[in-house]
Amino acid sequence: MAKFFIDGVEYEAKAGENLLQAALSQHLDLPYFCWHPSLGSVGACRQCAVVEYRDENDKKGRLSMACLTGVREGLRVSIANSRAADFRKTVIEWLMQNHPHDCPVCEEGGECHLQDMTVMTGHSVRRYRQAKRTWQNQDLGPFIGHEMNRCITCYRCVRFYADYAGGTDLGAFGSRGRMYFGRVSEGTLENEFSGNLVEVCPTGVFTDKPFAKQYTRKWDLQSSPSVCTGCSVGCNTFAAERYGQLRRVHNRYHADLNGYFICDRGRFGMHFVNSDKRIRMGGVGVGDGTFEARGTERVLETASALVRSDQALIGIGSPRASVESNVALKWLVGSENFCPGLADADAAATHELIASIASDACCIPTIAEIERADAVLVLGEDIADTAPRAALALRQAVRGVSFAMAQEAGIPHWQDAGVRGHAQDHRHPLFIACAGTSRLEDVAEATEAMHPEDAATFALDLAEVIAGKREAFEPGTFAARVSAVLADSKAPLVVSGTSQGNASLVRAARDLAVSLKIAGKQSMLLVAAREANSVGACMVGGSLSMSEALARMADGCSVVVLENDLYRRADAGRVNAALRASSVIVMDVLETPTADGASVALPAASFAESTGTYVNYECRAQRFYQTFQPEGEILPSWAWISRLASERGSDPGWDSIEQLTRQCAEQGFAGIEQAGPGSDYRFAGISRIARQTHRYSGRTAMYADETVHEPKSRIDSETAFAYSMEGANSGRQASATIPYVWSPGWNSNQSLFKFQQEISGPWMQGDPGVRLDPSWYLRHEAHPSDAESLAAEGEFRSVPIFPLFGSEEQSARSWPIVRRMPAPFAVLHPQDAARLGLVEGGGVAVLAVGRSCEVRLDAGMPPGVVGIAAGLPGKDVQPHCRTDLSPDPEFVRKMDGEPGVIARG
Amino acid sequence: MLSQIRTLWTVLSHTFKRNETVQYPEEMPYQAPRYRGRIILTRDPDGEERCVACNLCAVACPVDCIALQKTEREEDGRWYPEFFRINFSRCIMCGMCEEACPTYAIQLTPDFELCEYERSNMVYEKEHLLIQGTGKYPDYSFWQVAGKTIEGKGKGEAQQEQSPSDPRSNLP
Repeated sequence: MAKFFIDGVEYEAKAGENLLQAALSQHLDLPYFCWHPSLGSVGACRQCAVVEYRDENDKKGRLSMACLTGVREGLRVSIANSRAADFRKTVIEWLMQNHPHDCPVCEEGGECHLQDMTVMTGHSVRRYRQAKRTWQNQDLGPFIGHEMNRCITCYRCVRFYADYAGGTDLGAFGSRGRMYFGRVSEGTLENEFSGNLVEVCPTGVFTDKPFAKQYTRKWDLQSSPSVCTGCSVGCNTFAAERYGQLRRVHNRYHADLNGYFICDRGRFGMHFVNSDKRIRMGGVGVGDGTFEARGTERVLETASALVRSDQALIGIGSPRASVESNVALKWLVGSENFCPGLADADAAATHELIASIASDACCIPTIAEIERADAVLVLGEDIADTAPRAALALRQAVRGVSFAMAQEAGIPHWQDAGVRGHAQDHRHPLFIACAGTSRLEDVAEATEAMHPEDAATFALDLAEVIAGKREAFEPGTFAARVSAVLADSKAPLVVSGTSQGNASLVRAARDLAVSLKIAGKQSMLLVAAREANSVGACMVGGSLSMSEALARMADGCSVVVLENDLYRRADAGRVNAALRASSVIVMDVLETPTADGASVALPAASFAESTGTYVNYECRAQRFYQTFQPEGEILPSWAWISRLASERGSDPGWDSIEQLTRQCAEQGFAGIEQAGPGSDYRFAGISRIARQTHRYSGRTAMYADETVHEPKSRIDSETAFAYSMEGANSGRQASATIPYVWSPGWNSNQSLFKFQQEISGPWMQGDPGVRLDPSWYLRHEAHPSDAESLAAEGEFRSVPIFPLFGSEEQSARSWPIVRRMPAPFAVLHPQDAARLGLVEGGGVAVLAVGRSCEVRLDAGMPPGVVGIAAGLPGKDVQPHCRTDLSPDPEFVRKMDGEPGVIARG
Repeated sequence: MLSQIRTLWTVLSHTFKRNETVQYPEEMPYQAPRYRGRIILTRDPDGEERCVACNLCAVACPVDCIALQKTEREEDGRWYPEFFRINFSRCIMCGMCEEACPTYAIQLTPDFELCEYERSNMVYEKEHLLIQGTGKYPDYSFWQVAGKTIEGKGKGEAQQEQSPSDPRSNLP
């Protein structure tokens, strides 16, 4: 630590830290643009000027850029000095020379870092009288809007997009006063983290296009802390509503998980909440897949008749429903009649993941810990598709070597250009052993095309070699390189996942991580689960597997299906038979094929309309809070379950989410109530947390068309939040209850630093969420057995491929994601394709799926293996078997997913 | 005693002064153009809606009686309010909305006669607020100043703009 002085006041910071970061860590106001905590300093904007003094006798000093000045013992600087302040004001004036008169029609207005800094430095009148430079914009696809005139050349966009996220299609063009940031030619930004440009750009060059369609200023949004439903990483988000619609999702910082960035599936996948395919009214099935909407009471009558009847009652939970709803359903039907709702193979693999979490022998890393790995092996899982945020962390992990090299060379770690320039192409080794080319391939040391089953065998062999139980691999082979690198590493990371439904793959990855640990390494094991609450649902337990549940249904029984589309869990024939033979009560958010076959459909609340808890891949329980009260008859699933229970005459023992959460804590989720405070929490003992900003507008006019008597704002009995602007949000409250970030003078998301203990440190009160101990589950609940491999014949072994856009059930119903979704495809090695006479873009009939797919050629696919798109909407199952392929000359490629509209100016 | 006489004198002296009573409503008092009465939404000189739905009036309003929603016209790219509602039963005619408006769309007029038997009739929607003219500012057209393009005004065609640069050229 070094003591230094700002304006005569003594502060402490880590020696060598950059001064801007140190000043912001003290929550001082110092304007900046180009510096970003995750992207480092480049000194491009000259905005953070301070006066630096030689010693205490130096009264004159000299101007320095704070972001490029290292903190050292005794350093004396002034932020307030008028020379520095004038300089900063002048810089803003230059930056604003060409800035268009756009604020009223700019989506950044009101949360614009450039606006904030302009006000902060005091620049107000444009003295420059010459004409403004202009640019043509580009259509960057369905996610991102482009308005180049607003650019202030801070380079943050390309530094994030290309340097940090590995994107290749956004660059800087031109020179001097004519810098252009865009693509070589107009087209969709391909990188899956493009949405972060919206938050990284300090002004309105890159804006959230779907949000802009129904634009609302930040101050008018009613927000709450939420958790992404896109994958098992559980990135923290802010969900924001206006006029009864969920308008946007933004990144909510979490030091251990998502940090400053989330992926596009999370950001743009939330529009399903406003979909017209929502179930908004209770309905009774009339037999042909259609429903008659009836009032809650009449629907409940039908439902409770089914629940009360002599027929056996079973319950099917869901990995996309909250822990609370799953536990409630398990209570309703009894543990012996409950199935957690995972597909058999998925349940077995997820169980292995939970067993790994419980085992002391391996360490499950947080996303931040992934970045500290010094050697990575990816086994059988395309992590870039199934847990994109973790893949982004892998990119940073391989970059880790550059920081070590910079330290040796005396380059400070925040000197972004210096660190990158010095390291050139040196990276920590990343090996990929899976089927199909991963988007991480550009940073991989070597890749080997491998079917997941072979990857499992490979991992076991590696584990034996490392343990010395087997002789070393033949030199020069991929295996030899991997084992040499792993043997050489200090903190190796083994990456795999459950998407292949292959429990032995997860076991093998764990064995490898354990053997590395025994060999004295700080080894880590990352296993991505399939869905946001796969781990939580699996931990709820229950005796039935999916096939047992379907078999019981086929014998005739009543069944409650909780937010689950069974067609995604088992093969369509069995689901059809099961749905036909049983009386089904479905509670779900969106219309699904399962709901179509149900007797009763109940409208369930989405993540934004309810409160609950998800458990992520590392068994971290995270609370999401209700953002807004849905219209119509929508209720959270657990509330429907308690209604069903009381119709049946049994007392559930809870009547609020809080009591239910406490019940969960007693049933294997000990500690879950600490994921976020309950309804009695008050900041400083008195104050609720305001969902609305203190500038929230239109309160006396929003609903004046319905009634001029303003309704009393709803009292929230379930959470500590208020449905109003009254309440606190200073950042000093419990960190799980921060609904948005704002601080005086800092309207943009850059105000985050006022909420952090220090830059990139945890929130003021620590990071939210609590890691649970799954040992209760392992002791008490039945363990799913490995799925039997289906005996099937065919020339090709198949492997499911889960495209980032489209393979997650709910986000695939979000309209911006739909525009990026691929049509069903099959991936083949070029040699196989040539042998079968298939060409890229042509059609191939895949027997196991029973339909034709578009052919994609990929040399990263092992010969004799076909990758088949899985998880896309529809009734396709993932084939874990073999299949035959034949050309389909009549195949017509569906041209969906391409943006057709050219964005205007 | 003296005080009472002085009072009588003052009162009686008014018999010979001009009558201050105005025969309202037969006789309308003079209202300065800047008087703050009923709020209107005006149009650009080209006849299109001036309001760009920026929400600044709504946030400036101290009684929060303005609510609107931004939308965009497909054919020309102009931002405009999908709905625009003022609850005059809450409005205090403070004029903050007019001051906040960056496009001169929202203006206060000298019309102060806002009386209804039904309070709900005090809720004005866009169709009640939007007039056909430009109001107090006949010449200003926000879209001719803004950098964002609309149909008929491309990049470089707004006031004080150079024609678009070529990112592929490094010529001076």
